[in-house]
Amino acid sequence: MIDVKDLSVAFGQGEARKQVVKSVSLSVAKGETLGIVGESGCGKSTVLRSLAGLDRHWEGEIKLAGTAVAKTRTREQLLLAQMVFQDPYSSIHPRHRIERVLVEPMQSMKRGDGWDKVGPALEQVGLPAAFAERFPHELSGGQRQRVAIARALMLEPEVLLLDEPTSALDVSVQAEVLNLLSDLREQRNLTYVLVSHDLAVIGHMCDRVLVMKDGSFVDELTRDDLKHGRTHSDYARELFAASYL
Amino acid sequence: MTVPDPILTVRDLTVRFARSSVKAVNGVSFDLGAERLGVVGESGSGKSTVGRALMRLLPPSATTEASQLDFEGAPLLTRSEREMRRLRGNDMALIMQDPRYSLNPVLPIGKQVAEAAMLHFKLGKKDAYARAADMLGRVRIADVARTMDLYPHQISGGMGQRVMIAMMLLAKPRLVIADEPTSALDVSVRGDVLRLLDDLVRENNSGLLLISHDIRMVAAFCERILVMYKGVVVETLTKLEDAQHPYTRGLIAAMPDPRNPVRRLQVLDRKAIDAVGVQP
Repeated sequence: MIDVKDLSVAFGQGEARKQVVKSVSLSVAKGETLGIVGESGCGKSTVLRSLAGLDRHWEGEIKLAGTAVAKTRTREQLLLAQMVFQDPYSSIHPRHRIERVLVEPMQSMKRGDGWDKVGPALEQVGLPAAFAERFPHELSGGQRQRVAIARALMLEPEVLLLDEPTSALDVSVQAEVLNLLSDLREQRNLTYVLVSHDLAVIGHMCDRVLVMKDGSFVDELTRDDLKHGRTHSDYARELFAASYL
Repeated sequence: MTVPDPILTVRDLTVRFARSSVKAVNGVSFDLGAERLGVVGESGSGKSTVGRALMRLLPPSATTEASQLDFEGAPLLTRSEREMRRLRGNDMALIMQDPRYSLNPVLPIGKQVAEAAMLHFKLGKKDAYARAADMLGRVRIADVARTMDLYPHQISGGMGQRVMIAMMLLAKPRLVIADEPTSALDVSVRGDVLRLLDDLVRENNSGLLLISHDIRMVAAFCERILVMYKGVVVETLTKLEDAQHPYTRGLIAAMPDPRNPVRRLQVLDRKAIDAVGVQP
């Protein structure tokens, strides 16, 4: 589904130039969930933003559903992958009603006005359809993250890019959102790329985990490795030890 | 649940906001000696309000009542704002969640820490800077001289939290309240910061109240845990395995654990919790 070869991203010019992602390659099969774990600043979110088409100064090759994408994407390519951001408090327009938040991707992608799809979209993520009339501040953090997931699904993408989707939430609410994501993955045969600093969340959700450090992948762990606490590099071992304090 | 030589004695602490009849904190009682006590709960359970009520830092709209609230044997609630100001920072300190918001963004690190030294020890500028440098060294900041000239946005989150700890523990307070001190930090730095906090608190023979939503971390770090739900302490634990209340059990079960993979995580059954009751 996703094929990335030698992806590099740098920010800044001249002396201040900083190579944030250093020639990484990864591939994700259809229906698979890939996790990327690492500390802040390791470049994991930058990889995700390049996959989503938000950052446009990457170098290398990104293939979505078998076709290579250019820096500027066509509408069809943009429809393939949608993103869910970390903070539900800042990723939803505070002065738009939920219905307007949900129809915006439909309208900007010229997929019709989308008003009739608001109700089913909300119900699909476990919220009452009546929430369409509400403003974001009338919802809790977990409910807002459900809205953000509903918005990402409005365009029926095949890939969901999840950037720390639960790190702003309580564990109890996190469990609900993670369950929702698992259910949606089954119903729609979605492919996920999940970025998080929380190994426990990654381990619960993912089939395969890449450990990232300073812009490169230093380790790859399978579900079985995670279960038995097996690692193949020093850094991954440290990360493991720190996570189960 | 009596502790010899308690630093803090709290009985029936109740906090209400404005004219609301809802009690944000409802009849909380505990003693704190020279130990590490954890307070866990979800957002809105009242755990941070407890911390702020102890520091008397709640907004004027809040009504704080308690049948007993003693700090080092003397009642806290009857003190004037002026006396409280002398107490805060000197004898009791609050470490907050995010160093990016609790440090002054337009002052260099060194100046901020030295300011605390000047205020609490009535030192001159030069002595205060020396004291600040010493304290920053003790929180294991590598290049103290360079760091003191930096502004908060130029240092990492973990370093910022260490600076906060240095500033707060400079005056060797008897009571340290840490409100989510590590939740803005990476897991790899989290352990360091907690160990550092623990070392300094032990050295000063102080009491530490660690407020967090992360029940696993609190259980690993604290000697006793208070579990709060809807403003009430539903359970006091020494080990997670002893948890009896459905709320505590629900919280523990909701945490993903890759070593015991499950297909779906358990979610809190709030009806069952409310059926058991949350009476103080």
